[in-house]
Amino acid sequence: MPSVAYGNAVHAGICSSVHRLPVFSSVKMSRSVTIHFAVLSSLCFLLLSRFVNCNNGRRIGDSLDAELSGFSVPLEHSFEVDDVTTFRVRGALILKPGREQSVSLYQNQLSEEDRIKLKEVAAVDGLYKVRIPRVSLQADRMERQMEGHLTAFVRACAMVESHLSDVLTLHTDVSGVLIAVSIVTIPGACRGTEVEDEVDLEVFNTTLTVMAPVSAPGPETAFFLERLEQETEKKGKNPQEQKSFFAKYWYLILGGAIFLMLSNSAQPPPGGAREQS
Amino acid sequence: MAKFILLFLKLLAILYTVQAVFEDQVGKFDWKQQYVGSVRFAHFDNQIQSSKKVLVATEKNVFAAINTRTGELFWRHVDKTGPEGNIDALLLQGQDAVMVVGDGRILRSWEVNVGGLNWEMVLDSGSFQSASLVGHQEHVKYVAVLKKAAISLHYLSNGHQKWIENLPESDSVDYQSVYSEGKGEVFVLGLVPHSHITVVVYSIDDGEILKQFTVEAPWMPDLQSSCSVIGKGMLTCVDAVVSSALTHCTFLPLQSIGLEVSSGFRPVLVSSQPNAARPPLSEFFLQIGPDQHVLLQLNKGQILTLRDFKPAMLVSFATTGEKTVAAVMSPKNKTASSINLFSAETGRRLLDTTLIFTMDPNGGKPEKVGLITNGSGFPGRVLWTREEALSDVVTMEMVDLPLTATQAELEGEFGKKADGLMSMVLKRLSSQLILLQAWLSHLWKLFYDARQPRSQVKNEVTIENLSRDEFNLQKMMVMVTASGKLFGIDSKTGTIVWKHYLDNVPSNAAFKLMVQRTTAHFPHPPQCTLLIKDKDTGLATLHVFNPIYGKKSHVTPPLLPQPILQSMLLPLMDQDYAKVLLLVDDQYKVSAFPSTKNVLQQLQDVASSVFFFLIDANQGRLSGYRLRTDLSTELIWEVVIPAEVQKIVTVNGKKANEHVHSQGRVMGDRSVLYKYLNPNLLALVTESTDQHQERSFVGIILIDGVTGRIIHEAVQRKARGPVHIVHSENWVVYEYWSTKSRRVEFSVIELYEGMELYNSTVFSSLDRPHAPQVLQQSYIFPSAISAMDATLTEKGITSRHLLIGLPSGGILSLPKMFLDPRRPEIVSEQSREENLIPYAPELPIRTEWFINYNQSVLRVRGIHTAPSGLESTCLVVAYGLDIYQTRVYPSKQFDVLKDDYDYMLISSVLLALFFATMISKRLAEVKLLNRAWR
Repeated sequence: MPSVAYGNAVHAGICSSVHRLPVFSSVKMSRSVTIHFAVLSSLCFLLLSRFVNCNNGRRIGDSLDAELSGFSVPLEHSFEVDDVTTFRVRGALILKPGREQSVSLYQNQLSEEDRIKLKEVAAVDGLYKVRIPRVSLQADRMERQMEGHLTAFVRACAMVESHLSDVLTLHTDVSGVLIAVSIVTIPGACRGTEVEDEVDLEVFNTTLTVMAPVSAPGPETAFFLERLEQETEKKGKNPQEQKSFFAKYWYLILGGAIFLMLSNSAQPPPGGAREQS
Repeated sequence: MAKFILLFLKLLAILYTVQAVFEDQVGKFDWKQQYVGSVRFAHFDNQIQSSKKVLVATEKNVFAAINTRTGELFWRHVDKTGPEGNIDALLLQGQDAVMVVGDGRILRSWEVNVGGLNWEMVLDSGSFQSASLVGHQEHVKYVAVLKKAAISLHYLSNGHQKWIENLPESDSVDYQSVYSEGKGEVFVLGLVPHSHITVVVYSIDDGEILKQFTVEAPWMPDLQSSCSVIGKGMLTCVDAVVSSALTHCTFLPLQSIGLEVSSGFRPVLVSSQPNAARPPLSEFFLQIGPDQHVLLQLNKGQILTLRDFKPAMLVSFATTGEKTVAAVMSPKNKTASSINLFSAETGRRLLDTTLIFTMDPNGGKPEKVGLITNGSGFPGRVLWTREEALSDVVTMEMVDLPLTATQAELEGEFGKKADGLMSMVLKRLSSQLILLQAWLSHLWKLFYDARQPRSQVKNEVTIENLSRDEFNLQKMMVMVTASGKLFGIDSKTGTIVWKHYLDNVPSNAAFKLMVQRTTAHFPHPPQCTLLIKDKDTGLATLHVFNPIYGKKSHVTPPLLPQPILQSMLLPLMDQDYAKVLLLVDDQYKVSAFPSTKNVLQQLQDVASSVFFFLIDANQGRLSGYRLRTDLSTELIWEVVIPAEVQKIVTVNGKKANEHVHSQGRVMGDRSVLYKYLNPNLLALVTESTDQHQERSFVGIILIDGVTGRIIHEAVQRKARGPVHIVHSENWVVYEYWSTKSRRVEFSVIELYEGMELYNSTVFSSLDRPHAPQVLQQSYIFPSAISAMDATLTEKGITSRHLLIGLPSGGILSLPKMFLDPRRPEIVSEQSREENLIPYAPELPIRTEWFINYNQSVLRVRGIHTAPSGLESTCLVVAYGLDIYQTRVYPSKQFDVLKDDYDYMLISSVLLALFFATMISKRLAEVKLLNRAWR
């Protein structure tokens, strides 16, 4: 069985090409999420999805050889005014084999024609769809393509208004096979603001993440037992705690008993005729 | 530590004071109905003349005794489900009922009076064929069990084995039946299909083979259905054309005795052996057509026709003392049938024995006829019927009852269209008059009832007096059963108000019940739609009916020629306030019901915001679609979960009628943690195909049904199903079997948006770019569970409880507070402030949490919850083999005054205060006046 890389940080390389002069950078930005509770699952979540945003000055030629040793699958997109889906190539996902799964993305910029079309589609509240073929991120099974595609969509207007800043997330199952792709734009809302500058719609500003399933926690018996043991130890050290209930509160019980006896003898029993309402 | 425990106890004491019912409340708010299921074997306990029992063994592996006078259960034994508890044979001898269970695995004997177990024997393995009582010298002492390769004889008194013998040539001969007529011999009949019959005769004393011979019978396909021993040692078999006798093989064409078998029908023999120690009767029934039976007599090798019954639906023999009668049930007309008794020996009709009973066309088909012969004749009416279809409820809904007639009259005034001032005034006057009349009649009824002793005042529930009560606590339970019979049951008393039998329901049908219009839209009647779908072909039909009266609606549902993939109820309404039902066929075309112009117009307007999903569990493919204005669809997202690794088991959305009152939780530091309340969220459960205990896992995927975005994906390792899941508000609770620790575990996932809301006014799946925070915690549960659901209230203010049906028959109401992923492992000041219970790995089961106290509900398959008009109260129905209805108060009855509330005290205090103020006012005035004079 191939070892599945849980707990390993998933490296996701993200690349955006800038106007025929593709430059790359690799600046790590840890996601600033305030963790208010030490909960394992959210920790796992953070561990498993480390965001990497690339925007440095490395030339494409330097890294291309290394990057292209991986396996490439096309990332396609579709946006049509009349709701007919025709997918065209938007870029390529490079899946690098190795112990650490790594995915990086190369994408072309939008042509003049496409920019106009995207704005038109946004005007009629059409959809912007992306799809990738079903592949495995596991090294030994990477070459084998499965049938079918994984598709996701976002409103075209959100794509336009966010200036093509989208977040692509690839979800894998336990064996490393891609099961879903999701796309969101940041900001996600369509407020109807007009995008004047054509240049804003040329280059994709994409963040790519790979998400593997997190391991759900089981019942935490070990910790609980440990704590119980600590409590009993503490109790053992403190002799006062060992006193029995009667030893501690004998005076209260005695006082209560005397009080009860007194109050009973002081009050003659009520006549039987009295009824309880 | 002590401080900690004390604090914990205090906390518990404050939160959960005892939630049990008082003794005098038993049965006040709840009821239970017990069922046995569809009958497989039935025997009348006719040992004593006064006995009034019928013993039944059913398809649901239940063995029970039913009172023949009232139809109630005397006692009931529920065995394991599935083939392990399958009842293969039931034989009755005197006070003992002998049962073979689990494909010949266990032989049991029951005492029929109290239902106690006499003895139980585990038999040798081997597939069961037949069992028979064996008599010897006028007494029945043994029971013979025939298996595939062996026959064994057991004492009836203690179950011990007298002898066991292997059958000769058991690999080629298919031994099918065993027979004895009380002469010290046991006959075993075997068949080599289309070749010959083998007869082996054993001695009762030591199991020695006395005789063994074969009879050529190349035409014989099956022994048990077409052969029967009749008279003294004559095996009579029937084929479509021939009839043969055992000892000297004679073929007797049926035509020669003037009988003609209807074409394409396999004739069936019915015979009777009243006493196992004596030979069977020489009279027998031969069914030669779907509705034709002939009573025949075998006399010295000759077959005589005694009487021809046509039409006759069912026939049976019944024995009382020495006499045997034949009962024949024949249809009289469409709704009535008659049962006549005939002397078995002569075929003459017995006088005054005709019993006519009307059969409800909604009652389904009769399957068996039995006779109680107690000499006093027949009352001539149906004493009781048991609705055993209710032991197999598939789905249900609770519908509000309609307003009373008078309330409806007033409401109707507003519903009608206005036409002129004068007529409106007249209408108002007339309705006021009707109100007055109703009030007067109500007063008269009160006066009349008051004069009668309380016990005589009847409180029967009929369709006429069904009306909504003050707090909407009484509802109509619409139950759909697997056999295709619908029931309307009053939730307060459990009375069956209406029933409707649907014809042509395929045996593998899937049902979906939807409430299209509630009772809130007077004068339009409420309307429910049942979608019946054949699981194999996907073809579906719609049944539209009124849930209060059970009548089929005059609205004609659309014909659905194409297989249906998905159905959904939209919140849109047509002009008659019926919600729109969308059906998606296999061409991905959408049709609407009702499909009026108004509806189509509305659909066109909202089409771009109507999304739906389809799930193909076999291929693991989930796909999302969007509606286009021309009612075609567009594929917008696809998720594929490889079926080789894991298969989708359950998909669970949220309830449409659920309300969430608070958007967030206040934390210890007074900040607010906002819940992620996505109404489109689906919880998907997968199970690994690899069943090895180290590698098996259960997967939980939370996915948005509109965008197909995976919100959270978790894997519970070393776990296996069956998984029960509840999905509500911002949490998902699921239960699984941990293969590593060999125990049942619960896990809870909660989703939070964080400290601030992204968009507080409206939730849109298309505009939530940030993934929610996911918290998860797991617990040990000390019992297996059979069904699970959560309580539901009108406004969602009341705290939630999980209702868990346990295999032991209890229904546990577990506070959701115990399943909270924020339960801290180390107690801090802030968590104490928030009332969080410190984490403990095991969930407790407290006896006072059982909402059904000692009323065990067996084999719970589903729990249905419905809100009532009171915010504190939730109606609960648990169904399985039994049906149990009750109310639960998760946060106690905070909006209800107690039963023993002291009205006298409070009113006297008020009055006293009132007078005291009056007097003191007067006194003050006098005092002021006096001071002025001074």
